[in-house]
Amino acid sequence: MPSNSISNDDRRRLSGKVAIVGADESDEIGIVPGKSSLQLHAEAARNALADAGIDMSDVDGLFTAGPGWSPSLQVAEYLGIQPRYTDSTSVGGSSFVIHVEHAAAAIQAGLINVALITHGQSGHSDRRRPGAGRPGLDPWFPAPQFESPYHVGGPPSVYAMACMRHMHQYGTTHEQLAEIAVATRKWAMLNPKAMMRDPLTIDDVLSSRWITYPFHLLDCCLVTDAGGAVVVTSARRANDCPKKPILVLGSGEATTHQTIASMPDLTTTPAGISGPLAFEMAGVRHKDIDVTEVYDSFTYTALVTLEALGFCKKGEGGAFVSGQRTAPGGDFPLNTNGGGLSYTHPGMYGIFLLIEAVRQLRGECGERQVPGAKLACVNGTGGTLSSTGTLILGVE
Amino acid sequence: MPKQQYAKPIPTPSPETQRYWEGCKRHELWLPFCRPCQSFFFYPRRFCPQCFGWDIEWRQVSGRGKVYSYAIQHRAFHPGWAQETPYVTAIVELDEGPRLYTNLVDVEPDPKSLRCDMPVEVVFEDISEEISLPRFRPVLPAPRRGPVRARPGSSAEGPA
Repeated sequence: MPSNSISNDDRRRLSGKVAIVGADESDEIGIVPGKSSLQLHAEAARNALADAGIDMSDVDGLFTAGPGWSPSLQVAEYLGIQPRYTDSTSVGGSSFVIHVEHAAAAIQAGLINVALITHGQSGHSDRRRPGAGRPGLDPWFPAPQFESPYHVGGPPSVYAMACMRHMHQYGTTHEQLAEIAVATRKWAMLNPKAMMRDPLTIDDVLSSRWITYPFHLLDCCLVTDAGGAVVVTSARRANDCPKKPILVLGSGEATTHQTIASMPDLTTTPAGISGPLAFEMAGVRHKDIDVTEVYDSFTYTALVTLEALGFCKKGEGGAFVSGQRTAPGGDFPLNTNGGGLSYTHPGMYGIFLLIEAVRQLRGECGERQVPGAKLACVNGTGGTLSSTGTLILGVE
Repeated sequence: MPKQQYAKPIPTPSPETQRYWEGCKRHELWLPFCRPCQSFFFYPRRFCPQCFGWDIEWRQVSGRGKVYSYAIQHRAFHPGWAQETPYVTAIVELDEGPRLYTNLVDVEPDPKSLRCDMPVEVVFEDISEEISLPRFRPVLPAPRRGPVRARPGSSAEGPA
């Protein structure tokens, strides 16, 4: 039987061959009841293509996740395009980060020239509209049989169990989790597009009501309406685009489970797999990273992701984020747009990690700009800590 | 208990999980066991998700285990729980290995009464004519909350 291992040399050859050349949100983000999620896809697509200086007619690959049973068919028709290559990989909020790796593969294989990755979701406004949102699951599927009889609810309840185990094993505290909420809010206060821009203290977090113990309300991300899109093309073609190309230096993807009871180890994430893949492909070390954007569905998600990616040892995430280390002025700039906790979070947040990393590496971030940022680490997490995509992005 | 008032989701057994639910109906926990791996797995399939082998049998397990982790749910996202918040969800690791998503019952929904790795045992509630739902309660005596609705699992004969 042939070996299924892929050598680091093979992966290294993929480094820096494609670039993100356009990135933007929909015209409005936050609470946008007057637009469908498909309209949010469309606005973001238009804005990201304008940013890239590329026409919709040049898009030959569409990558998306979310709406309906065939996301890429739905969005392609809505946009009025007939792409020769589509990818509806839909593994939660990490999907759009993973799409970058998939787009890179398609571009390097010569199957497409321009990949458009879109997201649009009305997580806030759809709650008030019957029939919107997720379709029901087949009652014969595992979750309806083995989870729903015990609890029906969203991600907070299952992420809370992961956090609880982490607290039990490593002594992680509510205060350490709150450090992340406070630091992220400080970044949001520097971002005019962020929804939550009032100052926040550790005590505010600790005195907010319980959603699911051990999570307070302010440990949890927002639920908003928003769209986002990025455009990916070959590094060669990227040189013809108006803005500085953001090279995809490393990428990795991992999935470990769907339902939380099937998660092999509650105290880590698949970033423990996708992270090393991305770092090895890029040939960079953790200390080289200038800015880090990770999915913060909950304060805990950010904390455990930093451990899984290897920025600190397993179990030491609480100490790592203490003393406002991840805040503006701290030595580890994290989630510089204000994150899902304070900027925006329509439900599948991954695309916004990419948009912020691109803006930081281009130097477009104004007050919240990390000076001289040249290398960014992006990590999307999806499902119930089920899937991750890690990227190392850089500028020459 | 007036069963017609049971307002939470009632599971629908699939062909592959029928024997699990038949065991529960007898207030017994029966799980699939992989003969080559010599280990149990959950949730039920007709093959072992560890080795993808199809040499499977069903065995009764003890119904004892420990809390791998838990969370206290302060909001009801479904009308079935509207009158019951806060309540406790948990992942229980059985002594035989597999982990089950479940509720902890007969314990205060308070972090002072709960801890990871605490020993628990299965109890069953008859929620419909067909379905008895396994939940878990602390093995050591703990303060009771409300009326006790369930009884411990027995070790009578299992599914044929």
